Amino acid sequence: MGEAIVITSGKGGVGKTTTTANIGTALALQGKKVCLVDTDIGLRNLDVIMGLENRIIYDLVDVVEGRCRLNQTFITDKRFDCLKLVPAAQSKDKSAVEPGQLKNIIDELKRDFDYVLIDCPAGIERGFKNAIAGADKAIVVTTPEKSAVRDADRIIGLLEQESHIEPPKLIINRVRNHMMKSGAMLEIDEILDVLAIDLLGIVIDDEEVIAFANKGEPIALNPNSKASLAYRNIGRRILGESVPLMSLEENKGFFTRMKKLLGMR
Amino acid sequence: MSYQRPPVMIKGVKDGLILKLDDQCSYDQLIKALKNKLAERRHHYVDGPLVSVKVVCGNRFLNEKQREEIQSVIRSEQKLFVAEIESNVMTKEECETRLKQAQLKEVVQIVRSGQILHIEGDVLLIGDVNPGGKIIAGGNIYILGALRGTAHAGYGGATDKVIAASLMKPTQLMIGDVMNRPPDQPDEEPHYMECAFYDPDQDQIVIDRLQSYFRKNSVENKMLLEGVKQAWGKQ
Repeated sequence: MGEAIVITSGKGGVGKTTTTANIGTALALQGKKVCLVDTDIGLRNLDVIMGLENRIIYDLVDVVEGRCRLNQTFITDKRFDCLKLVPAAQSKDKSAVEPGQLKNIIDELKRDFDYVLIDCPAGIERGFKNAIAGADKAIVVTTPEKSAVRDADRIIGLLEQESHIEPPKLIINRVRNHMMKSGAMLEIDEILDVLAIDLLGIVIDDEEVIAFANKGEPIALNPNSKASLAYRNIGRRILGESVPLMSLEENKGFFTRMKKLLGMR
Repeated sequence: MSYQRPPVMIKGVKDGLILKLDDQCSYDQLIKALKNKLAERRHHYVDGPLVSVKVVCGNRFLNEKQREEIQSVIRSEQKLFVAEIESNVMTKEECETRLKQAQLKEVVQIVRSGQILHIEGDVLLIGDVNPGGKIIAGGNIYILGALRGTAHAGYGGATDKVIAASLMKPTQLMIGDVMNRPPDQPDEEPHYMECAFYDPDQDQIVIDRLQSYFRKNSVENKMLLEGVKQAWGKQ
């Protein structure tokens, strides 16, 4: 029996879908059986980011309306056999599915997969309720912006009212490289102060993330990117390893590291 | 035949009259007796100042309508006014609301954006109020944590309530029906356990340390101030 994790944020455009794709990839890299479920009916993106758009035959709404079996919707990833995608419908909207129906689907998926990652649409309405219905855990994605933090706070409040979901964990996305150097850690502390939940990871803003997404490849596959490393670390933390946060030192140059080695600070 | 107390007894005290109403007879009987009694004493207070009346009704429960009727009967005598109606009994509901209002309720929670925490009496919040969140209390609000959202103490109109927080960075503050918000340019001084209270002198909500509220409102201080003022007056 696997576990279902919903990835949500409240605000749109903070990187829920990218996070879902990359965590999924990171978990698949570790050899886990992972299923990604796109619940953003009408505005599906996850298939695009995974580069699997052209393989869609059946979707989530087809399952709900009885036109196919659940396993007929599975799209196997190009790179990993253990990674599957259940796409959302593009021609319908959120009201095509009810929370109870989605819960049944997630429960069925949990039997076959180690991890079921649910990509949640923005907002707190029907789509959100659908997405969290079957989840056991939740990951809240935010960026170091006031409005995103405010919405994350609202979402955390709503998640805490759901007794079937464990206390949510936080990913701070799009932290700028230069901000990390110039005391932006303070800002991160401030975010954690307000939201008061466990931090699962910090992802540095990397132009390559978009470039890779446009190619239909999750950045987590590229071992040379910091963002990739962050997603891999998040994946390992989900598996229960304790991986320290990527610290500021990684941004320091070679000489700084040498000095530190020599005890010169 | 046993001795029966008259349904209405009048007692004169220094600052007015005490009307003792019997709690065993029927209500109609009581009203009738009250009217008679007042009528027969009318000549006592035809001339002279207004007389305050305290009504003591023992173990009789009076509903709102009955209270009004008794008041209007007494007020119909021109020189009398009702200062107070005292009863030993109240309804269970009233008792429960009063109990709630008198309690200090402990809440361990983070009041997040979009959430409203509403408490009847005083509240001790162990946690934060985040921006977009709201805490409302009929009494005082004490927050062991950060107040970053909105707080409303004295919900219902009482302006003698306070809002205290370990970290005071509110969006808005309300006490009774008075509202205030922090200045747009926040000062970056270190904050101690701060407290918001209504200052009648300035007619607005001010933020200061909790100690200064008590200093301002303590009886000894008021007397002291009065004394000082009088001394100045004499000079």
